[in-house]
Formats: sequence, C-alpha cells, structure tokens
Amino acid sequence: MKKDWDILVVDDEQVVIDAVVKICSSEGYTIDSAIDAKEALQKFAKNNYKLIVCDIMMPGIDGFGFLNELSERKISSPVIMTTGYSTVENAVKSLYTGAIDFIPKPFTADELFNSILRGMKYIRIQNSLKSYKRDDSEIIYVPCPAKYYRLGYSSWAAEENTGSILIGSTDLFIKTIENISDLELFQNDEEVVQGNACAYIKDKEERVHPLLSPVSGRIIEVNEDIIKNKSLIEKDPYFEGWFYRLIPSDSEYELKNLINCSSDRL
Amino acid sequence: MKLKDIISKISLKLILAVGAVTIIIISVYSYFSIKAQGDELLSQAEVYANKLSETIKNSTHLSMLENKEEQTRYIINTIAQEPGLREIRIFNKEGRIIFSSQKDVIGQLVDKNAEACYACHTKYEPLAKLPMEERTRIYQLDTNSPRILGIINPIYNEQSCWAADCHVHPKEQKVLGVLDVQLSLKELDAQIASSEFRSIIFAVIAIALLSLIIGIFVRRWIEKPVNELVNATEQVGTGNLNYVIKDLGSDELGLLAKSFNNMTQKLSEARIQLFQSDKMASLGRLAAGIAHELNNPLTGVLTYSSFLLKRTQNNRELNEDLKVIVRETKRSREIVKSLLDFARQSVPKKNLVNINDVIERAIIVVENQLSINHVELKKNLTKDLPQTTLDSNQMQQVFINLLVNASDAIGLKGGTINISTDLLKLSPYGITHIKKATCPKRHDLMDNEVKIGGMPSIKLKVYSNSKTGFINLDPLYGRNHHLINWDLNLKELRVVCPQCEISLIEEDKKCPDCNAPVYSLEVPSQGNIEGCLSKECNWQKWDAVDADGQKEYIEIKISDTGCGIPKENLSKIFEPFYSTKGQKGTGLGLSVIWGIIDNHNGTIKVESKLNTGTTFTIHLPCPNGRQTLK
Repeated sequence: MKKDWDILVVDDEQVVIDAVVKICSSEGYTIDSAIDAKEALQKFAKNNYKLIVCDIMMPGIDGFGFLNELSERKISSPVIMTTGYSTVENAVKSLYTGAIDFIPKPFTADELFNSILRGMKYIRIQNSLKSYKRDDSEIIYVPCPAKYYRLGYSSWAAEENTGSILIGSTDLFIKTIENISDLELFQNDEEVVQGNACAYIKDKEERVHPLLSPVSGRIIEVNEDIIKNKSLIEKDPYFEGWFYRLIPSDSEYELKNLINCSSDRL
Repeated sequence: MKLKDIISKISLKLILAVGAVTIIIISVYSYFSIKAQGDELLSQAEVYANKLSETIKNSTHLSMLENKEEQTRYIINTIAQEPGLREIRIFNKEGRIIFSSQKDVIGQLVDKNAEACYACHTKYEPLAKLPMEERTRIYQLDTNSPRILGIINPIYNEQSCWAADCHVHPKEQKVLGVLDVQLSLKELDAQIASSEFRSIIFAVIAIALLSLIIGIFVRRWIEKPVNELVNATEQVGTGNLNYVIKDLGSDELGLLAKSFNNMTQKLSEARIQLFQSDKMASLGRLAAGIAHELNNPLTGVLTYSSFLLKRTQNNRELNEDLKVIVRETKRSREIVKSLLDFARQSVPKKNLVNINDVIERAIIVVENQLSINHVELKKNLTKDLPQTTLDSNQMQQVFINLLVNASDAIGLKGGTINISTDLLKLSPYGITHIKKATCPKRHDLMDNEVKIGGMPSIKLKVYSNSKTGFINLDPLYGRNHHLINWDLNLKELRVVCPQCEISLIEEDKKCPDCNAPVYSLEVPSQGNIEGCLSKECNWQKWDAVDADGQKEYIEIKISDTGCGIPKENLSKIFEPFYSTKGQKGTGLGLSVIWGIIDNHNGTIKVESKLNTGTTFTIHLPCPNGRQTLK
C-alpha cells in the first residue's frame, strides 16, 4: 500500500529542503523530500505525492529531465519549479515543459506558500474535471480561446492587427486564486519581461499572487476597467478582462516559447 | 642586406629605370650632336682645304706659267710646312706626280683608280669638270693612322697656258693636271674624340646625379614613410594598437598614414569593445554562477525570516528586526537579480517611489560605517515630496556610493555629512542637457572626446583671425561655456559644421545682450537652439524647452566636510576608472552614478573646495516634468 503525501520537495540544497518542509508542515501539509531527481523518482515507487516542488539545477537529472521522467512514468502530479538561476529562459521553459508554476529563488515563505495553495487548488480543479459530465450546469473553467498563446496556465497573450499585443490572466489561474480583492498593476511606459511578474493579484486573505508576463514589451495601455471593476477579470478573462496592451520587444521569438491555445481544443 | 633585397628596393628599380632612360637619351643626343659637330668641323676643314688649294693654285700659277719649277716647289714646300697639312702634290694628265711636298714620290705614276683620281676617272670618259663637293675625299691609310682629307683641284687649261711661249700645253687639252692637297684630320678626330669623351663623362655624371637625387628623394618621400608604415603594421600586427604614426605630411603616403592611424584607432576601439563585451560575457557567467550559489543560502535566510516574521506578529520589537532582515534579504535578492540583469543588459525597473524612503534605506546600510568613522550624518529631508518614477535599487546604490565616498573623504578624523532633499522649480536654464545637436544637414555635432562636466560637448569649426580651429560648447543649456584656446575676432568670424562646412551663424540675428554674432544648431525633434558666440556672454535661447516653462525637480544635496577635490580633477571624476582610492576602489563608482542619474533624465553636479568639503547636487525631474530629452 502506497503512502499518500501532500508534497515532495526535490532540491540539492539541504537548507532549501528544510525551509520548504518547515513552511509547508506549519501549514498542515505532509511533506517528504528528496536530494536529487533519482531519489525522487524512486520515492514514487513507494509513495504518492499530490504536488512536487522541484529545483532546476541539480546534479544528475535536472529539473527539466525530471519533468520528462514524470510524464514518461505517467505521473500526473503537478510540479512547481524553483531555481537560483532565475532567468527568463528557465522560467518560460519550465512552464512550457509542463510545470504549473515557477518561483525564482530566493523566495519568501508567503511566495512559496501562495504558490502551493494555487497548486492545491489546481489539483482540485483538475480532479473535478475528471468527474465532469457534459450535462453539468456549471462550467469548471473556460479554456484559452484559439489563436491565443499562453504561458503555462497563468497568463495569455493575443496578437492584435496593429502589431501590439494584449495580455491577461487565464481563467484557470484566476480560479486557483479565487476572490480577488485588489490588483497591483504596472503603469504606462513601464517594461514587462517575459516570465517575470507583470501584475500582483491579491485575494481576500491578502495573499499576493504574481502574474507572470507571457511576453516582454513596453506597456502602452493599462485596462482601466479592471481596476474599477475587478470582477471583470473573473467574468471575462479573455476579452473584457485584459490587463495590458504592449508593444512587444521580440514577439516573434517569444511566442514560440508559449503554448498555442489552438491545440488546447479537444 | 642581401643582394636580392637591394635589387627589390623601389629606389634601385627607379634608379635603374631612370638610368637606362638617361643613357638612351644622352646617347642619342650625343650621337647626333657629335655627328653634327663632326660634320661641321669637316665642312670647315673642307672649306679650309679648298681655300688652301685655291691659294696654292693661284700662288703657283705664275711660276708654273713661267715654268719655274724651283719656285713652284719652293712655294709648295713652304705651304706644306703649315701644321695639319700632310702632303701637297701636283700630277699631270698622265698621273705622274710632278710636284710633291714629299720628295720621294716625285715622278711616280698614280693609279687612276686611286682615291685621288676616283672622282673623275670612274666614268669611261674622264670628267673635265668636277663639282666642288665631289673634289674632297676622306680616307685612312690604315686603321690606326689618322684620317686624311684630300682635295683635288684640277688645273684647267687657260689661254695664258697654251698661248705661252713654251707651248707645253696644246690648246685642246682641257685639264692640264691636278693639284692634290691632303690635310691630316688628326686634330679634328681628336676634337671629336674629346667631344665623345665629354659626352660620356656628362652621361655618367648625369646618371650619378640623377641616381643620387632619386635615391635621396625616394628615401625621403617613399622609403622612410613606407618603413614607418611597415613598422606600424608590424606593431599593430603584434597587438600594439596604440601605435600612432607621426605626421607624414599631406601626400598620398601621409594620407595613408592618417587613414592607417584612423584604422588602428577604430580597431583599438573595437578591441576595447570586444574586450568589454568579452568581459561582460565572462562577468555574465560569473554572475550566473554567483546568482545560483548565492540564491540558495538566501532562500534559507528569506524563507526562515519571512516565516518567523509571520509568526511573531505579536512581538513588536522582534517583528521590526525581522522586517529589516526580510527587507534587506529581498534587497540582496534584487542585487543578485540585477547582477543577472546587468549581464543580460536588462532595463531598469522603475516604480513610483518617494525619494526620501530610498535615502533612508541607503542610510541604514551605511550608518554603521559612518559611526565607526566618527562621521555625523545630518538629515534634512523635505516631507511631502511628490513620488518619482525611478529604480529604487539603482538609486539606493547611488546614495550608498555617494555617502561612502563622503565618508572616505572625511577619513578617520571625523566630520559631518549633510543630506537634504528639496522640491525646486527650475527654469530649463542650466538644467536641461543637450544630448544631441546637428547642423542643418543633420551632421552630428556631438564630440565624445572633449567632455565638459562629464558630458560630450558640441564641436563647431571656426575661422577667425585667419586661423582655423574648433570651439567646444557646454552641452548644458544656459551655460554657453566655450572651450577654445585662442581669441576670436567677432567681426571676422565664420562658424561652420566640421563635416559639411555649412555656416551655423544666423546672419540676420545679433545677441540681444552684447550684439555679438549668434549661432543656431538643430536639436532633433526639439527645434533650434541659439547662442551667443562671444566668450564673455552666456546668452542662449531654446524655444522648444523654454516653452515648457519652469519645471519641478527634486533636489538631493549630499555635502561633506572632507578633504575636497582639487579643481583640476573636478572635470574628471565622472569618467570611468578615475579613482583616488588606489587599490581600494574600482573607479567605476561615480561614472556608474552618472549613468544611473542620466538614465533617470536627471543631472548631477559637483562643487568642491580643497580641505573644506564637497557637495554633490542631484536634480531629478518630477513625473509631470519632461520625461525624455533625447
């Protein structure tokens, strides 16, 4: 009989493991740890883990290799990636290869915990999707429209005819946050960088959830409507609930690293 | 030097070529001139011989007529004493020599085919009359003997001859005999030979002189500069890109040298850039390594401290301390990230912040060091300053650096640092930085080599007092400082673009303050800027900027009571790698500060008095102010 754990943390630094264990267990999660990807994979033979927090730069198999191993072994536990080498490439590649979130090191207890909370919520949504029947009246979440691009499951980008790009948050990301209480947005003329936070969404419990920007560019318009009416993001995340209009710095290259939403349609 | 090297030299090739041409020219010339000279001499000799022959004929005429053989012989012998005369002889119709200056041949018969007779006796019937030019002949007895000019003079039968009493000559006989005078051409030949010799000497001297002159000039004009160029190429080849060829004049090689210097300078700049980018790349790898290594322990600090912070909400004192740890760890996180960003040349992260908060945070970092050095820090921060858009981490770095510099200037003896903030309304005069100026044809006038106050100046070309030079204008609007090392004559002045020489003087305008000529420059997309050309006057006018009127600036002043900066160093302190700290400093501090302030469209000024102290004044535009001045 396999043992059920909430979280598995994989990191080659003991102090990081200790910190993650401390934070998660204080919040009531059961947490196990592994010092590298090999040990983590061995642990899956004996145990089940709901969520994995994994470092990218590890001796032996790195974080991306670990993601591949998981999908080969048909282990569907979602992965939150962390790394001390927090580059745009790492962030974007993590989310492209299937991680649900990316937290650059060093992170605060809250940043980690909020990400784990979203992860747990994500698991619940995915589970409810499995039991979803067509005649159910309530829609669980609205997938990203065709011709949109998304960064992991958090943000989307849509090209406009004028060459500018609209960006916003996916419905699934909003659903993992629930109850938006406040928004902290960038301003006109500010630069956003792909894979870096471009907005901070606060929930009812004052937890801050960073929205990672899908593309880099200069903001030319901030959607004032979502500041006045925050529920707009929840009601119409893909159209009326957009965040920024950008002049992209290199959309041709950056869009290649995003997931094309047309392939989401099944 | 090997023979091959000598032969392959340009000078030798030139000398050989010119020498060959000289030989040909002189030979041809000499040949014709000597030939002409010889002909001339010969014809003179002919005339002489002819006259002589006529003289002999005439002088012997009487004695012949009277048949006084002794007298005739005497005359002939006497004339034959004349130098150069070889022989005088007379032969009769049969060819027998009747008279001769050489006694032993008298009575001999001359062969009619001999050269003396040939002229008349070639034809079947001997000629009675012989034209003048055919009477002479030149011949040599043997190859070593001198040439001989012979002239025959037929003695015609005359009335006096056949009418004479002796009746020796019948009336029908046309020619009675021939007077043959032979002149030795020894002297003439000697003259021609000496002419030839002179020509050869002349040719040799000419070739030698030409070779010498070619040698000297080739050496001076070609060899020396080429050697210098070769030397320079070798120097550059071995990596010495600082080698500068000294002025080689304005000929083609001089131009080559100039363009060579230009090339090495560009190369050296490119190498510095390459070196810089290489350094940046390795710095980037280093930064990545540091980021990774540092971020793991920082994760420990940040997670634990933020975790503790959450759990100690009730303990105020502990909570405050933990807040500092969390905040500073977050700052470390930003610094590490900025290391990565720096390696990736990322954009500054600007937010709306209160500058006082940034200063307070900077003070916390250096407070300890200041108190160790017995430095008292006096804060005079104006409350309710408007928020400004800036990268608080970068700006904090600026203040930390300035505070540390101030503390270093004070040293260990103790002193005071004053830091104050204020909100000012400033006219654009003396604040706005002209970052780009062009001539009407859009040639860039900015001069990166001559900097005024650490900023590239504006370079104009000036003609005045029959001199040509350059003038460098202060790029700060309203200061109108000139950097020029001779006095301008304002009445006789031309100011032009250094590239296209288009005049930059406003012809129909005069300075309203001092009536001096006025220049006008274009600032791309910001209209024209005008200014007075008099060195004493600082009138300037920039409509596009003046129209905006006074603007709000936040002024930050940091002054210390330290050792001060010598006047001659004040202009250098914002240059990269200028440092007074020797091994301790990297010299990047103030230039980086300048770059950060400039990125925020602000200005930084420094005033200093030796042994009294230094004041840095920063002006940052408020958000409603003009954002970009590019």
